[in-house]
Amino acid sequence: MEKVLEKSPDREVEASSLPVTGWRVIWREFKKDKLAMFSLLILFVIIFGSIIWAPFINQEELMKISLLDEFARPGENGFILGADQGGSDVLGQLVIGARNSLIIAIAITIITGILGIGVGILAGYYGGIVDNILMRLVDFVMTLPTMMIVIVFVTIIPKYNVTSFVLILSAFMWVGTARLVRSKTLSESKRDYVNASKTMGTSDFAIMLKGIVPNLSSILIVEMTLNFAGNVGIETGLSFLGFGLPESTPSLGTLVSSAFNQTVLAEKWWVWLPASMLILVLMLGINYVGQALRRSADAKQRIG
Amino acid sequence: MWKTIARRFLIMIPQLFVLSIFIFILAQFMPGDPFSGLITPQTDPNRIEELRELAGLNDPVYVQYWNWIVNMFQGDFGDSYTFKVSVASLIGDRGLNTLWLSLLSVFLVYLIAIPLGVIAGRYQNSLKDKTIVLYSFISYAIPTFVLGLIFVYVFGYKLQWFPTSGTKDVEEKAGTLGYYWSIIYHLLLPAITYAVLGTTAIIQYLRSEIIDAQLQDYVKTARSKGIPMKKVYSRHIFRNSLLPIAAFLGFTITGLLGGSFFIETIFGYPGMGKLFIDSIMARDYSVITTLIMLYGFLTLLGSLLSDIILSIVDPRIRIE
Repeated sequence: MEKVLEKSPDREVEASSLPVTGWRVIWREFKKDKLAMFSLLILFVIIFGSIIWAPFINQEELMKISLLDEFARPGENGFILGADQGGSDVLGQLVIGARNSLIIAIAITIITGILGIGVGILAGYYGGIVDNILMRLVDFVMTLPTMMIVIVFVTIIPKYNVTSFVLILSAFMWVGTARLVRSKTLSESKRDYVNASKTMGTSDFAIMLKGIVPNLSSILIVEMTLNFAGNVGIETGLSFLGFGLPESTPSLGTLVSSAFNQTVLAEKWWVWLPASMLILVLMLGINYVGQALRRSADAKQRIG
Repeated sequence: MWKTIARRFLIMIPQLFVLSIFIFILAQFMPGDPFSGLITPQTDPNRIEELRELAGLNDPVYVQYWNWIVNMFQGDFGDSYTFKVSVASLIGDRGLNTLWLSLLSVFLVYLIAIPLGVIAGRYQNSLKDKTIVLYSFISYAIPTFVLGLIFVYVFGYKLQWFPTSGTKDVEEKAGTLGYYWSIIYHLLLPAITYAVLGTTAIIQYLRSEIIDAQLQDYVKTARSKGIPMKKVYSRHIFRNSLLPIAAFLGFTITGLLGGSFFIETIFGYPGMGKLFIDSIMARDYSVITTLIMLYGFLTLLGSLLSDIILSIVDPRIRIE
């Protein structure tokens, strides 16, 4: 992160104070923007809360059908948020669903991040034929009706499980990052420090990994954050339609999909609404944090 | 300009070609063939084999691909297994429904986005602007299905302002005024949902465009000539900022297609998105492949449309 500021001459540094660098820029931005700080806090609570809480919930016990508790209202029979059509605790499902949705979105974000950065840097750094081939591939994936093809893959793959779901989605979601990284690498690789490294005989691999990547880090953090939000949306959306996580791994979207039943949608709001709201809060929070990060990555937009 | 448009069209041909190969390969992995739909317990297996032979399903793959493409150009996409009609007529029906929904949605998108974008840009940093920016942030972040469900729940079930599914009332006679009204009435809620989701980009673009325009020389000239600010906004800035907005039409169409699976499923609206989900459930593969090809084509067409409109309104970005 620190290199970002040292190496870019176009960054304006506040005259009143010493130049702030790296994480401190981000920290200052969040301190100035109360809503971003609040979003970050909420996100931490939801992510770590669900990951820590979930293992304490016995999933088999939770999903056991108990007709007595069918559609128990919030507060009834000891269910804080009520129960669904099978008499299962909505709160427990919410925690497990949130954990699954978040971990899977994080996994997809990391895989697509690595793939996108790798392809983008190779294309941007080497240029020429490498760039041409890789970018035609990116263009092709961009024009695909991704949603439909993912749904088809989900239905035709034998032995479908969480890993295959993550891999299918990752196979289509890396192109945006690759395109961004390529264009940034193109301009970055013309800079003096890259030429200097080349002259000194540093290997291409080392220049890319130790020279270019750290200089792109602030943009990459923003990109990954926004991708993370997108992946939460896509995973819960697909699970909602019934083409997401397999049944053994309930997602927030699975819980919302009970709203396909008209009676549940119209009268039993406590079954589907909390999960929808949790998804909404997650999306708003991640996107808001992403915007704050974007501002801190660009000196012109900073408010902190 | 015509050169640019022609060139842009030519770029689309290899794109379509690669897309069709990809979908053809995908289709090979799907179980079943066009005759799965005709098989009943009484069907003679030899007869099916004969039909397969006749249809060229035992031919080499490249011959099959060629025939598939030729048939597609002739409008023959095979038959639907669940609906027992030709895929072409099935998609024709559903496509028309989606078309009406899309037209109304696009109209609403511009109806909502233009005034909001102009107000936000003109009164930058005011309370109005902040509210609009907040709205556009929420509409950007909210997933389609969450907004759809909340709208159905609030406006459909709680307030009962809108019907919650279908395309028209059955009691209304075809051709009467009430009949057409009931069609539009059923379209409204899904279209509003679409519109809310589709406004973000246009509002943000228009807002920043107007903020930038305020500092331009032509605005200063107009001001120094003594033209009142109100007129400068309505005559000078508005016109200049509005043109590029037209180019969003293509992206809006692409966005509509992507959202159609959720919106049509949630609102029980029999369009192409719902047809796709239903076909997936029923493993109706001839419909699935045709729909993927169609969506891929429409997505390409959407970006083509945007590029063409952009190159008309802004000569600087013409492809050379």
